[in-house]
Order: sequence, then structure tokens, then C-alpha cells
Amino acid sequence: MIEIKDLHKSYKMGSNSLHVLKGINFSCKEGELVAIMGSSGSGKSTLLNILGMLDEADEGEYILDGIPIKNLNETKAANYRNKFLGFIFQSFNLINYKTALENVALPLYYQKMPRKQRQEKALKYLEQVGLKEWSHHLPSELSGGQKQRVAIARAMVAEPKVLLADELTGALDSTTSYEVMDLIQKINDQGNTILVVTHEPDIAQMCKRIIHLKDGVIVKDEKVKQVRATANV
Amino acid sequence: MFSRDTWQEIFLTIRKNKLRTVLSGFTVSLGILIFVGLVGMTNGLQNTFEFFFSQDATNVMYVFPGRTSIPYKGYKSLRRIEFENDDLADIKNDFPMFLEYISPRIFRSALVKYKEESNNYTTIGVDWGQQFAEKTIMMKGRYINQEDVKNKTKNAVIGRLVEQDLFGSMNSMGKYIDVGGSVFKVVGVFQDDGGDNEERQLYIPYTTRQLIEKNTDKIDQIVIGFKEELGYTGAMAFQRSLERYLKDKKYISPDDENGFFVRNVADNLKQNQDFAGVLAIIAALVAFGTIIAGIIGISNIMVYVVKERTKEIGIRKAIGATPRSVISVILLESIFITTISGFLGMIIGMALLSTLGDKLMDDYFILNPGIGTGLAISATLVLILFGSLAGYVPAKRAARIKPIVALRDD
Repeated sequence: MIEIKDLHKSYKMGSNSLHVLKGINFSCKEGELVAIMGSSGSGKSTLLNILGMLDEADEGEYILDGIPIKNLNETKAANYRNKFLGFIFQSFNLINYKTALENVALPLYYQKMPRKQRQEKALKYLEQVGLKEWSHHLPSELSGGQKQRVAIARAMVAEPKVLLADELTGALDSTTSYEVMDLIQKINDQGNTILVVTHEPDIAQMCKRIIHLKDGVIVKDEKVKQVRATANV
Repeated sequence: MFSRDTWQEIFLTIRKNKLRTVLSGFTVSLGILIFVGLVGMTNGLQNTFEFFFSQDATNVMYVFPGRTSIPYKGYKSLRRIEFENDDLADIKNDFPMFLEYISPRIFRSALVKYKEESNNYTTIGVDWGQQFAEKTIMMKGRYINQEDVKNKTKNAVIGRLVEQDLFGSMNSMGKYIDVGGSVFKVVGVFQDDGGDNEERQLYIPYTTRQLIEKNTDKIDQIVIGFKEELGYTGAMAFQRSLERYLKDKKYISPDDENGFFVRNVADNLKQNQDFAGVLAIIAALVAFGTIIAGIIGISNIMVYVVKERTKEIGIRKAIGATPRSVISVILLESIFITTISGFLGMIIGMALLSTLGDKLMDDYFILNPGIGTGLAISATLVLILFGSLAGYVPAKRAARIKPIVALRDD
């Protein structure tokens, strides 16, 4: 599903150049649930942003489901993001003046899907994350866990090839974190490919594979025995 | 870009962000309101100016007789110059392309009586043209006409205050009054914006006045109304050739400045026009200034609005919004708000001005303030245009920001 070869990325900080990713090689198959771990500054978020086409690599190859991702203009990148990727952020990033349903339906708006169809589909996904009754509430009326579940529904609604989650439990308490991870595991069980960036070992253990990142290189890539989140709830 | 879906998205955004909408709309409305108000007030000032300086006609020349100061063609100096009826006729015949009307003015003071009431007033022997030179307004009846002059009738046109003095609340029309021993019939009552003095005068046919004075043909002064199309330079040229003509006719040395005097109102007209021109420049500056201020205000609010939405733009881009869709939504929203509120401000401003009328006349010299609809609409359109432009620049920049930057937690 994802193929990365010799990926480099550096940021310019004034006259200095900060080399963040120093040759990442990595591949992941369909249906995998991968955790990317590392301390802060290890380059894990940068990697995720490049995978999510939110940022561009300086060097190296990135192939997503057989499509080489390079030299994208803004419009093309936007279309790829819309079709291939779903994002889940630490701070949820819901649009605060739109209801849960409208937030979930937004990616479909950019696919130019008719309004009615959009809302039906969004409602279906809200139901999947257990928030059908909350569809007409604003984000400010939802708890953190509920917000993240709305965000997951929004990431899922366009039926992307890969879900990318950046510290998705970072703003949640542990009980809520496990609930959200339970949902992630269930989505993965349905065959979806999910990449999770985290620095919490217990969250990482709930994935099927952990990639350890240190100073811009992969130091360890291990398959783990998945801990089911339900056991902790 | 103009699909129903886009507009639904825009209306939703407007509805859900009332404060922002009201704030930017208010700025635009206020900008236009101030523009309309200031331009209207300056127009009001100009109206007042025109009102004050339009009391006497501006295309008039007065010729007064004098005494010569240089001996010429066998005549001694200090000779008194007098104008006669044939001077009038000659001027009329020799300057037809310049003339609109010509009238003599013979001033005589006279005791005027009606029954028990009597008083001393100035009577002026005139021809019909004098009405236009003074811009005399008839309240009742008519002015002296050509028939009066031809037939030397004993008809008089009396001032408003003369009627008040002699007749009290009675109607003077058709009544007979005694003017210095001769009986005149009142055929008209006039008013004049020039003040009380001018309303304490009587006009009689100049031929009648000459008949009373032993059928003389002398006239005191000559009033010449020239064609307005002459303009300032034309009027001055006319004055010069008239002076040359009269000096030649009356045997006055070409260098003698005292044989007679010419007062040309065109001179005043020039000054008035210059002053009106300065007023117009001030008005234009005021208009320009307020438009600039409005544009700056709208630009600021637009920059703020886009800044406030940076994060939202980042989110939208992360889930697949193209730069184009981001820009078009922001732009359409700002055009929509500025258009509605711009025209609202314009209509409010014009309505306010139209209620003022002459209420500010006495204290602030502002009469009938108002603004041309065309000017108001184009100013509004300019503000809308610049408002959109001011929204477009930051929107374009915002659409180019990488979502990762926009989403960075702060």
C-alpha cells in the first residue's frame, strides 16, 4: 500500500539546516495497523506529514497504492488527500461552527457529492462511531472523546486508502484513549490501513507493528502481538 | 463557482459567524454612510453658496455717467456727460449679438401717498429688462412692460414693504397712489432677496418719468444685460468695445477714465466661479479621502477575517479543499457581505440627507444636502471592488499556506 525509499527531509532554520529525516525506507501492506514511535524531535510527525502530502520530501520516493507521489501542485495534492487519505489530529481540528454531521460531510462536499447523499453517508459513519444522536451538536457541545470520534468518522467518510493519525489520544484521558483505540482497532479489523504516530507505549502495543524512529532513521521495526483495547476498558 | 452548494456553504458560514459578518458589514456600511454624508454636506454648502450669489443676475453691466477730466475735440474738461434715449437705441442697434436686454434707470425720490398714509420712497424709471437685472420676483400682478413704456402709462410696480407701509393688510392691486403729485395705478407688487431697501422702491416706466419732467430724453444710468453664452472673456471684450463706442459717441478722450463708469458683474461672476471651483475641489478631496479611509477600513477587516480563518482553511485543505475552492468561498462571502451592507449604508445615508433639507441652513449654511445617485453607486462599487481585492490577497496567501503550518497548535 505504502512504499517509501530513501526519504530525506531537512528544514532551514536561518542559516542552519536541520536534517530531520535521514533516509527512511519503509513499506506497509493493506490492512496493517502500524504505530510510529519515537521521542519528540525524532521525525515521526514529519514522516506522517509527508505521508499525508501535507509536506513534501526533499529526496526519495513515495508510492501510494501504486501511484508515485511527487511534484504535486496544490490542487492535485488536495484531490489526492481527499480521495486517498484520512487524517485524525491530536487537537481534533473540527470546524467549530459546523455541527458534527456537517463536519463529517465536509470531505464529501469537496468530492462534489450531492448534498442529500452526503448527509446520508455522513450519518452512516457517525452511526458507526456511535454518535448518531449527536449529529446536530456543535463540537463545543461534545466531549474530547466524542470530538475525536467525529474526527475519525470524518476521516473515514471518503473511504480513503490510508488513515493517518497524529497523536490521536494525546489530548484524551486513558479511559477515553482506550475507547478511541478500540474504535481504531475495529476499523482496522474491517481491513483499513492505519498509521498511528504516538509516543505512548501502551497505545503502540495496541497496533500490530511498531516502527521506532530515532534521530531521523528507523532503528527498529517489529511485529507485535496486538493488545486489544477492549481488555483495558 | 456559483453552484447552489457553494452558496449554501457561504450562507451557512455567514449565519454561523454573525459577529464577524456584522463587524465587516458594519465597516462597509459606515464607510459608505460617511462618504455619502460628507459629499452630501459639501454639496449642501455649494447650494448655499449658489443661493447667496444668485440674487442679482451675473450677466449685467451698469453704465454710470460722470464728468470728463481731459479736454477733447474742443470740449473743455469737467464736462458733465449725460445719456439720452437715442444712446439706448444706438446700443441696441449696434450690439445686437451681445445684448439680451437694455434698460435705463432714472432714480427719483418722491413722496408717495395713499389715503392717509404717506412716506418717501425711491422711484426708478425703468424698461422691462430691469426685472431680469435685479431678478425681481413678482408677488402679485405684473412688471412694467413694453406697452407701458411705449404709451407712457401711469402704472407703478411697488415693493412688498411699500404695500405694507401704505396699505397695511389691504390689497394694493388696482388702487391709485399719489407719487410726487401724479396719480399712478398699482399693477404689481414685487419682492426682492436683496433686502428691505430694495423692497422700499417703486418701478415706473422711464418714459412716464421723462414725460413728467417736461418730456426730457435724459436717462440716468444704463443697464445692459448681455448674453450668458459670452462667458467671462466675452463679457470683458463686450465691455471694452462698448466703452470705445460710447467715448467716441460722447466725444470723450480715449484716455479719459472719468467720462462714465462701467460696473461689470461678470467680474464678480468670475470671483464667484473661482470660489465655487475651490469648494468643488474641497468636495472632491473630502470624497476621495473618505473613499480611501473606507478602503483601508475594509482591507483591515478582510485581513483580520482571513487571519481568523487560517486554521479553518488548514483543516479544509487537509481534507481535500483545493486552493481555488478556498479562495472562491472567502471571496464570494466578502463580496456578498460588502454588497449588501454597502448598498444598505448608501440608502441610509441618502435617506438621512433627504430628511435634512434646509434644517441646517441657518446654523451651518448647508442647504438641501444630497448626492447624485450615480456617484453614490459608483463609490459603493469602488468600495466593494477594493473590499474584494483586500479579501483576495490574504485569501490567496492563506490558500497557499501548507495545511501543516495552518494546523500547528498554538
